[in-house]
This record gives sequence, C-alpha cells and structure tokens, in this order.
Amino acid sequence: MFDFSIVSSWIHNLLTGVMPEFWAIFLECLAIGIGILLFYAVLAIILIYMERKVCGFFQCRIGPDRVGKFGIFQLFADVIKMLIKEIISLKNSDKFLYALAPFIVIIASILAFSTIQINKGMEIIDFNVGIVFYMAATSLGVLGILLAGWSSNSKFTMISAMRSGAQIISYELSVGLSLLTVVVFTGTLQFSEIIQSQADGWLIFKGHIPVWIAFIIYLIAGNAETNRGPFDLPEAESELTAGYHTEYSGMHFGFFYLSEYLNLFIVAAIAATVFLGGWMPLHISGLDGFNAIMDYIPGFIWFFGKAFFVVFLLMWIRWTFPRLRIDQLLKLEWKILVPIGLFNLALMILVVVFKLHF
Amino acid sequence: MNSFFKYFHSLFSGILTLLIGMKTSMKVFLRKKVTEKYPENRDTLKISDRFRGTLVMPHDTENHHKCVACGICQISCPNGSIVVHFDTVVSEDGKKSKVLTNYEYDLGNCMYCQLCVNTCPHDAICFDNSFEHAVFSREKLIKKLNREGSTLVKK
Repeated sequence: MFDFSIVSSWIHNLLTGVMPEFWAIFLECLAIGIGILLFYAVLAIILIYMERKVCGFFQCRIGPDRVGKFGIFQLFADVIKMLIKEIISLKNSDKFLYALAPFIVIIASILAFSTIQINKGMEIIDFNVGIVFYMAATSLGVLGILLAGWSSNSKFTMISAMRSGAQIISYELSVGLSLLTVVVFTGTLQFSEIIQSQADGWLIFKGHIPVWIAFIIYLIAGNAETNRGPFDLPEAESELTAGYHTEYSGMHFGFFYLSEYLNLFIVAAIAATVFLGGWMPLHISGLDGFNAIMDYIPGFIWFFGKAFFVVFLLMWIRWTFPRLRIDQLLKLEWKILVPIGLFNLALMILVVVFKLHF
Repeated sequence: MNSFFKYFHSLFSGILTLLIGMKTSMKVFLRKKVTEKYPENRDTLKISDRFRGTLVMPHDTENHHKCVACGICQISCPNGSIVVHFDTVVSEDGKKSKVLTNYEYDLGNCMYCQLCVNTCPHDAICFDNSFEHAVFSREKLIKKLNREGSTLVKK
C-alpha cells in the first residue's frame, strides 16, 4: 500500500533543510491551499460534465457532444464564459451581505472538502472529532444561502432561502443520526481511524443491516442537504426561476454553482469513506493472496471509484424522481427518516453490545 | 393499530414504487439513444415518408407531369403560396383546354398544411421529405415546380 506521508515528510525535510521551520510550514500551507482550490475547480468541472452526460443518458439523449470529442471542452467553454461575465450589483440590495454570501457558501464547502482522505497519509484535516467538524462545516453553508436569499431583495430568493433553511436544518438531523450509527460501531470520530477499522472488510459488509439502513438514510439526507434531486425545492426552476441565486451573475453565481456540485461530491466521498472504506482496498479476512493483490491498486483509485459510484447513485436518484412538495419533504424527514434513524441507532447499539457483527 | 399498520404499509409500498421508478430510469439509461447527430449522418438519415418537406411535382421518364392546370390547389391554398400560370389552347375540333406553363410555388409562404395535395384531383403534386431549405434571399424560395419543356401525360 502506497503511503503518501512518505512524500509529504520528504518535502518537509527538504524545506526545513534550507529555511526555518516557520517558513517551511507557511510554504506548505500555501501549497496545500492552492492545491485544494485547484483540485476543487477540476473536480467541479468533472462533476458538471458527468452530471450533464448522465442526465442526458437518463433522458435518452447523449448530452454535450459538439465542443471537442464527446463534448469534453464544453465545460471549459462554460467556465471561461462565467469568468468573463459582469458581476451586476443590484439597486436595493444589501451590498455587503450580497457580496459576502457566495464566499460563505464556498468557504463552508471547502472546509468540508478538506476533511476528505484521498489516499493513505493524504489527508489535510484529520483530528479526533473529524465527523463533528465535517457536520459543522457543512451546516455553515446554509448561512450563506439564507444571506443570499435575503440580501438579493427579491421574493423568489427569499422564499427559496426560507425553504432551504427549513430543509437543510431538518435533514442535518438524519445525516447526524446515520453517521452516529457508524461512530457507535467504530468507536471513533476520526476519519483516518474509521478507515483503518475497515481494513478487514468495509463497514457495509461488517455492520450488515443497521449499516445498510444508515447508508440509505445518509444518501437520502445527503441528497436533500445539497439541494439536489427530488429535494431541489430551494432552486425549483419552474416556480422560483433559480432560487436563492436568481439575482447573482458572473463568478458570484459560479461560486454557488461550484459549491452545489462539490457538496454532491463531498456527500458521496463521506459516504464512501464511512460506509465503503474510503481508500481501503477490498479485503476479505482469510484470503491473504486476494488481499495482497488488492493492495497493489493504489488507494486514490479505490477512493475515487467508490466516490464516483456514490455520485452516480445520487444522480440516478436525481434524474428519476419528481420534486417533493414542502409538506411531503418535511413529512419524509420528521415522520420517516428520524424515527427510523433513532430505531437504527438503538439496533446498532444492540449489535455492538451483543457482538452480532462480523 | 390501524394507523400503525398504515404507516408501515405506506413506507414499504413507497420503497417498492421508488425502486420500480429507478429500474425504469436505468432501462432508459441503457437504451440506445434517439439523438440524431445531424450534419455527420446526412447520408444515412432516415426521415418518415409522411414528413412534409417540400412540395414537388413528380415527372416520369419522358418528362410528363399530371397537372391539368385546373387551379384547385391555388384556390385551396390558405396562404396564397401557389400560383398556376397557364395558356388556353384551342384544338382543331374547337375545344378549349388549359396547358400548364409555370407552376409557381412560394416555399417561404407555405405552412405545409397539405391541402393542395389533398384536393388535387389528378395526384399531380406531393410532398417529399427534403428539408434543407436555407438560402440567402427570399427570391430563391419562389420555385417553379414543372420542369422545362414538360407536358401533360397522355391518357
């Protein structure tokens, strides 16, 4: 198994050899920051392209096809268009909050993004309350959405922001409950330890029924939290034009757009990390030869394979089901997902106490 | 108890219907796509025979058409896009008959209602399925359907 911490410690030693430790750490932080932003943008481009292709295929079309082979340059053209568009300031809006809102959304998204572990030893934020930090970071985004809706001074954005607030705050509970189920099982809140505990089989195999229920609840609630799929009430195109970012233009709109797709990826990546083992290869306890072969496949390939598998699941859900009404949305959360989540948590505690897992 | 039963019934039937929906969309996902890549597949493009592309007057191999210049198509055209120009010829036994000289058809005015084809008593005109009509001036859209030197088919 390739360990990325060899590379990072080599770089650290190289830098501390030529400069004081403060500057070395400063330079490393700078490089990591630029790296995250670049990776964020590239992933967003890949995800938007994938969304358009998958959406087309689900509607019996072929999706973007004209710019380059299979339309691969379509997204670059879109990005350039978005970058050179004018940012319009509205007459009666709250100028400061209007400008601030997209940055809050994208900072929350990047904070949550930095908890993702791509390879062994390739982690940015990994401390003993990782899951709590992840949940805190994702719930920060709703603040930006509420501010965007309020400061735009428009009915559509206001309605959308209120819906988004009700939706995200409700569904966070289900995300928390399903992640808590896993925490009960693994006994740790740290992402790297959760991954390490899956070395002898991914949680979805080890934890059987309670983990399956938690996985499905997490997918539903995660989809709702990113304002996608059947839960896209806040941006309901047919009723609210574009929802909370109706009045935005140029790169300010681009930030909302980017963070929407990256939140999708973050939800999928956390699902892959927590339930499907992250970068951990497929290990079956007892088959040492098979495990050794699986170890030759690098961790980041496992991670991206799993994450994009979950992304595809979420897209499948999105392009299959019609949008829920607001009362149905809240009924689904408070009457179905939360009771099942609580029951599932109790079930998981029984499984752990009586050691009914593999 | 009844509401308790109803809750679980609605939950499981809901999950079942959601799965049926996902199965249906996966079938569509794997199906052959209907999109035509138009300019590239111009040679193999198949258009329905009933598609109304352009009004044409079919001619046989000896350059005969079936139009007797009765003008019914011109009367029935709602947009006035057909004008039938004819000469009146007097035969040796004193009978007058119309001979088509120019069947004028304005493509730019046509709304493809097919009334002209339906009312034609001799099936002299029909729609074919060529659809690439783009030209640079309106004058080029006014077409003469009968060919040069063509005559009425002999009965």
